[in-house]
Amino acid sequence: MAHHQDHDFFIPAPSIWPPVACLGAGLMAFGLIALWHFSALTGKVMMAAGLATVLIGAFKWFGMLIAESRARGKGEHPFVVDLGNRYGMILFIVSEVMFFAAFFAGYFFLRSGNPTWPPENIALLPVDLPILGTLILLTSGATVTWAHHSIVHARKGETIVATTLTWQLGLIFLALQAFEYSHAAYSISSGVYGTTFFMLTGFHGFHVLVGTLMLMLLTRRLIQGDFNEKQHFYFEATAWYWHFVDVVWVGLFLFVYIL
Amino acid sequence: MATTGKKGFLHYLTTVNHKEIGVMYLMNSLVFFFIGGIMALIIRTELAAPGHQFVDGAFFNQMTAMHATFMIFFAIIPALIGLGNYFVPIMIGSPDMAFPRLNNWSFWLMPFSGALMLGSLFVPGGSAAAGWTAYPPLTNAAYSQGAGMDMWILAVHIAGASSILGTINFIVTILNMRAPGMSMFKMPLFSWSILITAWLQLVATPVLAGAITMLLTDRHFGTAFFNPAGGGDPVLFQHIFWFYSHPAVYIMILPVFGIVSEVFSVHARKPVFGYNSMVFALAAIAILGQLVWAHHMYSVGMDLTAQLIFMMMTMLIAVPTGIKVFNWLATLWGGSIRFTTAMLFALGFLLLFTIGGLSGVVLASAPVDYMMHDTYYVVAHIHYVFVTGSFFGIMSGLYHWFPKITGRYLSERIGKIHFWLTFISVNITFFPMHFLGMMGMPRRIADYNPIYADLNLLCTIGAMVFGFTQILIIYNVFYSKKYGKKAPANAWGGQTLEWTHTSSPPHEHNFEKIPVVNQKHAYEPYTN
Ligand SMILES: [Cu+2]
Repeated sequence: MAHHQDHDFFIPAPSIWPPVACLGAGLMAFGLIALWHFSALTGKVMMAAGLATVLIGAFKWFGMLIAESRARGKGEHPFVVDLGNRYGMILFIVSEVMFFAAFFAGYFFLRSGNPTWPPENIALLPVDLPILGTLILLTSGATVTWAHHSIVHARKGETIVATTLTWQLGLIFLALQAFEYSHAAYSISSGVYGTTFFMLTGFHGFHVLVGTLMLMLLTRRLIQGDFNEKQHFYFEATAWYWHFVDVVWVGLFLFVYIL
Repeated sequence: MATTGKKGFLHYLTTVNHKEIGVMYLMNSLVFFFIGGIMALIIRTELAAPGHQFVDGAFFNQMTAMHATFMIFFAIIPALIGLGNYFVPIMIGSPDMAFPRLNNWSFWLMPFSGALMLGSLFVPGGSAAAGWTAYPPLTNAAYSQGAGMDMWILAVHIAGASSILGTINFIVTILNMRAPGMSMFKMPLFSWSILITAWLQLVATPVLAGAITMLLTDRHFGTAFFNPAGGGDPVLFQHIFWFYSHPAVYIMILPVFGIVSEVFSVHARKPVFGYNSMVFALAAIAILGQLVWAHHMYSVGMDLTAQLIFMMMTMLIAVPTGIKVFNWLATLWGGSIRFTTAMLFALGFLLLFTIGGLSGVVLASAPVDYMMHDTYYVVAHIHYVFVTGSFFGIMSGLYHWFPKITGRYLSERIGKIHFWLTFISVNITFFPMHFLGMMGMPRRIADYNPIYADLNLLCTIGAMVFGFTQILIIYNVFYSKKYGKKAPANAWGGQTLEWTHTSSPPHEHNFEKIPVVNQKHAYEPYTN
């Protein structure tokens, strides 16, 4: 490394945290196998250890990202680094879209393959809670857009308020979903309707949870003053993710609850 | 990995250097090539004669499932990712990948995934045994009760996660990190092939993750996706699985198209003929390749119109593939060809992969497929694609780029023996399988009707020769790394950045200074 750097790309130093996260993932997988097939206790211990390891790895890794971003200073990110991050997030969302596409495809295939839908013995949930959920998520889509509008106009206080509102709406949505689950007359194992219903809404709910956590972290970083009107990649990534979760819900609401 | 020099394990565990990670992928893949190869030899030994003589049926089934699994997920794909990791950043004039730490993460998931898959062979009940295709109901909780099936699912999940994030890394690197002047249509074709492959992996792999997640929940949480008793349908699995696994064939062959394009150009000392049409043909194959999955399922009782559409679309893929084959021939035409081992493997690829492609067109025809489905014809076809296609391409790339990676040439003398023995033995192994298939011999069966005995024995002899010949490449790699002929920076007189602007091996961040690309077209000489 005798030569000086003649490009704007960021090449990090070697790091132990990515392989630590891998170790955690491996432990969780082996733990799950142990839990199902060998010794439940060993399995649980391994899975807990694995989860902890993944979280430690991830926290340290993301912590490094945040520290590096701060070290570069606000507005000092080279354009190419910012652009690369954006491409990366968009492609990650594409992969998530395809994951949901598999489950939606399964839903449509099974629905069209069954003579009646929902199958006769299923008592459907009333549709008012999902309508409320839809309104909440759409509102949260609006608040996150408001936050975006505020951040590009350098209105820091407004951005924090709007972002906070967004994750609070996310929490309310999750609470509604939990309430709805507890009142379902069917379960994930009571045939194909329950299966597709719980898998689709369950994976969506998990993504709402992840998005909510991302927004909470965002609020914290906003308060700490990590972003300015020009540079706020993490804000945009979170907002995109939240819109993606929103759009998936609209699909779910239309095809699973309404049509 | 300790073979790579004085640097310790901790260095390789934490490295974020794309070249070191690329080499680790290649080493990892070499190990699994041999594990998968041993399984192939166990299969062929059992099939040397009719009747059960060597292994029992259950173990035989495990071997067929695990041979394919290891070769696909742990040998071929990582080998291509490894070459891509090493050479794509250099070829486009970048100091590294876009997300170097993520690159490390993608690699280090693989040993855990591999350990899970290997470990499944040693648990009670043995490994997954229902083929690498994992069709339910064979893979549901009733028929695959042991831990092996779950280990298979989780290992594929982990490998898939590695693949998805690795893929994002490739796309961002290629879109965002090209050197000044390196426009998309000046990129060497290997970079194009990795870009397009990465896109396929990005959209297809999450769908596989969906399929095996459904399988897992069916097995453990009572979901009814594939369970007719609950209104589910096993055919759904086949649709979702093949939505990934047909593109997976292209994931394993498109980078090879890129490799042989480089090799033909360098060793025939000519720019690739029809560069633009090569790029568009790659893209066309990728797009069509996503729309043809159900050609694996003609015999499940699909709608006739659907069969017709899938059949036409599949046959259409022969058009862009044909464009590539003719462009390669035109590249060779009038070139001053050096018959290096890299070139020989590329020529072997051109000849034999075309056979694999043509037998694919045969199988694409639904009426013919009714006869051939699940026979040895399918085995012959896929091995002409994976062995004489992917494997030959990887070998070609290895002989071509080894001097760049290590600074020493692989021994050409051993290389030529390696090539000719491989070339002859693959044909002895796989060509007779076409006839076995047409005679109706079913695949994945340990015992068979004595009328198939002679040809099977021939296949087994070929497979043994093929298998033991591969010891030569191991020997060549380890021997030449130490004692091979020293290679200059531009080992073959190539015109792409890895040859013209880096030392052999390249230094830590590849270039002394980021190159400025001023060629008019790809593969033309640099003037700076
Ligand atoms: Cu196919």
